[in-house]
Amino acid sequence: MINYKWRLNYFLLFIVSILLVTGCANNNQVELQGAGATFPYPLYSKMFHEYYKQFNTKINYQAIGSGGGIRQLANKTVDFGASDAFMSDAKLKKFDNKILHIPICLGAVALSYNLPDIGEIKLTPDTLAGIFLGQITKWNDQRLKAINPSITLPNLDIVAVYRSDGSGTTFIFTDYLAKVSAGWMSKVGYGKSVNWPIGLGGKGNAGVAGIVKQTPGAIGYIGHIYALQNKMKVVKLRNKSGNYVECSLQSVSYAADTVIPADTRVSITDTEAKYGYPISGFTWILAYQNQNFNSRTEAQARETKKLIYWMVTEGQQYAPGLQYAKLPPVVAKQAEKILDSIHYAGKVL
Amino acid sequence: MKSYKPIEFVEIKELLFKRLLFLCGCIAIVILLYLFYTLVSESWLSIKTIGFSFVFNHVWDPVRSHFGALPFFIGTMVTAIMALIISLPFSIAMALFLGEYFKEGKWASILKSVLDLLAGIPSVIYGFWGLFVLVPLIRQFEVMIGVTPLGVGILTSSLVLALMIIPYSASISREVIALVPQELKEAALSLGATPFEMIRKVILPYAKSGIFAGVLMSFGRAISETMAVTMLIGNVNKIPLSIFSPANTMSSVIANEFAEATEALYLSSLIELALILFFVTAVFSFIGRLVIKKWVISS
Repeated sequence: MINYKWRLNYFLLFIVSILLVTGCANNNQVELQGAGATFPYPLYSKMFHEYYKQFNTKINYQAIGSGGGIRQLANKTVDFGASDAFMSDAKLKKFDNKILHIPICLGAVALSYNLPDIGEIKLTPDTLAGIFLGQITKWNDQRLKAINPSITLPNLDIVAVYRSDGSGTTFIFTDYLAKVSAGWMSKVGYGKSVNWPIGLGGKGNAGVAGIVKQTPGAIGYIGHIYALQNKMKVVKLRNKSGNYVECSLQSVSYAADTVIPADTRVSITDTEAKYGYPISGFTWILAYQNQNFNSRTEAQARETKKLIYWMVTEGQQYAPGLQYAKLPPVVAKQAEKILDSIHYAGKVL
Repeated sequence: MKSYKPIEFVEIKELLFKRLLFLCGCIAIVILLYLFYTLVSESWLSIKTIGFSFVFNHVWDPVRSHFGALPFFIGTMVTAIMALIISLPFSIAMALFLGEYFKEGKWASILKSVLDLLAGIPSVIYGFWGLFVLVPLIRQFEVMIGVTPLGVGILTSSLVLALMIIPYSASISREVIALVPQELKEAALSLGATPFEMIRKVILPYAKSGIFAGVLMSFGRAISETMAVTMLIGNVNKIPLSIFSPANTMSSVIANEFAEATEALYLSSLIELALILFFVTAVFSFIGRLVIKKWVISS
């Protein structure tokens, strides 16, 4: 009987110690939840890891896609969302609490192709739209020859390859095509998924890259990071200023070297930037201006603001290592200004 | 010191056990109904807005909010039926071999476990294999016969689907074939039937309902397969014109576009696709049940 009692005591002791240990670990610490875009996920997880090391604040980020991030933010189940495409005015109107867009870094869309034994090719906006509209169907088309006079282009069918899954990459790419080609705008338009006139679809960057690699004559658009990391052959594209620009971290960063509106909700495809790569775009963190929602504490609100502030300032140093383009200094200043407007039920944080 | 359990206690235990089983059965029904309810309520917006033309419309344009399911419906049915036709001779041959000719022994058990292993391989692996091995082969074939050499398309995905479903129908059919009573087979042989005649006239008629059940199960898998098909079908939202055309299936368009579908009508249309998929599977399983019942009664 005594033995039995002792065992019970040990058991209670065990339970209490577990409670103590877990209680200590929590230690009144704020934990932040975020959800959204998959494109910046590698950068965000690096940033959040560094942030945790520095400030001991844990951040859980679920890369469920921009759409899911916006949905979760709308349901107020996360502290911040993340998106590759900015929200339209119509959509923003549906929210009673203002949603702020804070740019974190830049991404771009590279065009990879499979032409055996041929080096770098150049394309103009018109010919690129022509290819994806199905108006240019052979690689030795006169219009392509005219841009690439030094190359003997083969008599090969062009196979255009696109992303079959809804993605920010598709949004930026179709947004660009819609800007440079009236035909594209009226026939297809832009969005995360569109009704492609021709071509083949691959799932994810890897899917597109796989089809391009396997199909002689294929050309497909790929997130610039995937293309750079896998050292794929990419097209030099003519920008608005008439320069043929290759997709690189520098040229992507330059693309934002233009006038950006105060709320940063802008597409920076086909900008006036002289050496900017024309198919570039921001990726944003989305947060409510009034941080007092869903019974959040002021500490949580403060932490959210501090984290995002850190991401646009100190956190920027981690971008180039992972092939993301940093915010140009002017835009980073704008982002800081947006963050200043965050409040907690009217109280400035 | 033997202890006796009072009879009431045993009875209560039996009753509880029976209730528990009944409850488990009910849960399955509730889950099915709830699933159906969710699909209908979530797709209500699209059903209301687009109406019945959703099923016949052949344009899928998220930008302009035109949603039609026809290309995906055709893509799904064509790939699944082709996969079934390709797989059928192989799976029945394999089942006969394992169920009749080669029932026991080391090699038979090795073959059986290989079959089970094939059934357990994740579909993304089949997809990769298809992309790197089958696609170049098909492209060479397409160059030979003079169609646009894309490599991906209905034929490629049907072939991989067939590979994926062979283990399913083969292992179910094998078990049914092994269950054919020995007396029946011996009687046929003693009357002078050759083994082939015995298989044709005794085993296959006796086992046909079981074989059909296996085929039906594999068909269900072919209809709902997502990952491998997405990787190989070319993801083109148009009605396919030949077996070499790229196409798209209902499950793969849902998997592709669901995560980024932000507009209410868009999301609702995707869920309506899921509802159609639900109906298709239900109809086939219902027809299958009827056929099996009829065959069982007639034999």
